[in-house]
Amino acid sequence: MATSVTLKVDGDSVTLPQGTTLREACEKADHPVPTLCWHENLTPANACRACVVEVKGSRTLVASCSRVAEDGMEVWTNTERVQNARKVVAELLLSTSDATLAPDLKDLAQASGASAERFRGGATWEQPVRVDNELYVRDLSKCILCYRCVEACGADWQNTFAIQVSGRGFDAHIDAGFGRELAESDCVFCGNCVAVCPTGALIGKTEWDLRNQGAWDEERISTTTTICSYCGVGCELKLHVLDNKIVKVTSPMDNPVSHGMLCVKGRYGYEFVQSEETLVPNS
Amino acid sequence: MSEVRRLLPRPDIQSSATSVERLTERGFDHALSRISTMTSEDIIEEVSASGIKGRGGAAFPTGLKWSSVYKALGSEKYVVMNADESELGTFKDRVLLEQDPLGPLVGLLIAAHCVGARKAFCYIRGEYGEVEQNLADALEMLRMTGWVGPHSVEVEIRRGAGAYIAGEETALFNSIEGKRPEPRVKPPFPTQKGLWGSPTLIQNVETLANIAILFAHDVKWFKEYGTQDTAGTKLVALSGHIRRPGVYEVPFGTALTDILQKADLGGSITSGRSLGAVLLGGAAGTFLGPKEVENASLDYPSLNKAGASIGSGAMMVFDDTVDLSWVLTRMARFFAEESCGQCVPCRIGTRRILEIAESGNLRTRSQDLRELGQAMRDASICGLGQTAPVALLSVLDRPELMHD
Ligand SMILES: Cc1cc2nc3c(=O)[nH]c(=O)nc-3n(C[C@H](O)[C@H](O)[C@H](O)COP(=O)(O)O)c2cc1C
Ligand code: SF4
Ligand code: SF4
Ligand code: SF4
Repeated sequence: MATSVTLKVDGDSVTLPQGTTLREACEKADHPVPTLCWHENLTPANACRACVVEVKGSRTLVASCSRVAEDGMEVWTNTERVQNARKVVAELLLSTSDATLAPDLKDLAQASGASAERFRGGATWEQPVRVDNELYVRDLSKCILCYRCVEACGADWQNTFAIQVSGRGFDAHIDAGFGRELAESDCVFCGNCVAVCPTGALIGKTEWDLRNQGAWDEERISTTTTICSYCGVGCELKLHVLDNKIVKVTSPMDNPVSHGMLCVKGRYGYEFVQSEETLVPNS
Repeated sequence: MSEVRRLLPRPDIQSSATSVERLTERGFDHALSRISTMTSEDIIEEVSASGIKGRGGAAFPTGLKWSSVYKALGSEKYVVMNADESELGTFKDRVLLEQDPLGPLVGLLIAAHCVGARKAFCYIRGEYGEVEQNLADALEMLRMTGWVGPHSVEVEIRRGAGAYIAGEETALFNSIEGKRPEPRVKPPFPTQKGLWGSPTLIQNVETLANIAILFAHDVKWFKEYGTQDTAGTKLVALSGHIRRPGVYEVPFGTALTDILQKADLGGSITSGRSLGAVLLGGAAGTFLGPKEVENASLDYPSLNKAGASIGSGAMMVFDDTVDLSWVLTRMARFFAEESCGQCVPCRIGTRRILEIAESGNLRTRSQDLRELGQAMRDASICGLGQTAPVALLSVLDRPELMHD
């Protein structure tokens, strides 16, 4: 059995190991495609459809994130149909959700020449922010239903299955079961959903508060890498520090131990570091 | 050409629809004994020779599908009868299951035998309560006679919960598996990875009924009706401004005008008015104007010329007083309510189409609608989003059909 496949991307020939996705093939061929829902550590949800490409012989466009490259395929990443689909996807999302903290969506809109106004004026996903715990906030007016959080909470990472998509059509939304508050749900507050959310719809409470006070300033945030001291697994932590205070903890997505995933202690149990009380001298 | 009775039993049939006598009277016991001595290859060859194509909408060659499932590697295989029937204006599977449930069931058993499945499912629309009972009674009889059971094929009925999208084959698998009925990405196709990741053969009720009557007779008999391109008969569901709404069985190739006008078929447009348009194939279908209807017959090549297809066989008839923008608005609502919400073009696109239709701007925003429609056809995951704009685009292409 052949172990590699050769295909053409926009006329350029590329040879890749069998099992490579078209998205990767396009990237290797130096004709990268935009993505919104795709994430390096998650199963492709193929929900956003920003990554569609034209494949010779296929009636519809093909989501490159989840389609495996085959020998002899001919792929185009920039035809009129592809451009139209990308642009419309961006326009539809902009007409529904608040993209202020969604850099990938903004990039897609910019690159595809999308008009934010074209499909505006109808129903949107504007809804009250849900601040029901001290660790993270759900501002689902920003959600684009990329499924990343569902996958991170489910079989891909966390296996807690605390959240799912509920409702259908335009009413589909992320839900912790029967509209419950997070504390009432099965959520264990690992924050892995927050780590992969591309829109700020799920956001750390500290970051949320600081942003509301106008005090969140990416330029002034420095990062320090360390190892989590809670248990023997040894996840790498990236501490995001503002004004000498930890304001967020993440783990690098390419870390071989954590793959970007942490537990509630590693991600949110950092307050003791900066607590004045621990500095009371022994008597 | 007038009505034929093959898939549907003759109106004067005496035996009860779920009885052993019916099994014999319709030749289905003969079909089952005949296939039990045939190899899978021979069965597939006969199905292919008959030219049967899927009757659930996509018209995929049935023999080819059976062959891929038969050849697919896998220790478990499944067959599924798709009786979710939720397409607009489509009620032919219901009539078939009411009048002759043994046909589709025998087709299902033949399919299972052929591809090597020990387990079969009938997925039936939740609202079809009485039909489901009829199906269950028929199954019980087949169990008593030994055609269904642990030593042959186990058949289980599963009830849908009111979602059109659950009729899409991969969404249907998710539903049977107890998950949200969201369509899966294809490939892999169901023939390779279907229920619980195993090779799965899924067919529409009417397709399976065709299988049963084929094996109750033979290819030569089967091909007595129909055209060069498509042999056999088709159930059409007539509704709207038509004197005799209902389900009729007609040979492929029957002129659409005959279906609408013949005294034993549609019996003409109601109240002596003239035809405005026909929506062929349900919500996922195409509007045809009176001229196109006049020139077309119920066959794939003929309809292809008008950019249409038979789809499920639904024919919704509108007289010349109907404002199609109103119809389009209702259809837009259907899609917006039935979209599963998984992918962006369909989840938001169906809503925007509805809003534009409701605000009476279909014509003024036709360029935006065309681009949106193209993106939905190109980039939606499944057939729902891909076909949601089709009827609308068919009207934008035929401005004479919209009078506002
Ligand atoms: C949104 C949607 C709904 C569908 N609903 C049905 C249905 O109710 N019944 C059906 O037989 N096929 C339905 N189909 C088609 C099935 O996916 C599938 O093609 C069919 O069951 C295959 O059987 P056939 O080859 O015998 O036609 C639907 C497809 C889509 C996209
Ligand atoms: S914090 Fe963890 S458990 Fe809670 S919803 Fe997010 S991923 Fe699931
Ligand atoms: S909350 Fe975030 S991660 Fe979850 S679906 Fe919405 S945008 Fe995606
Ligand atoms: S096209 Fe519509 S129904 Fe199909 S997967 Fe996408 S959102 Fe769901």
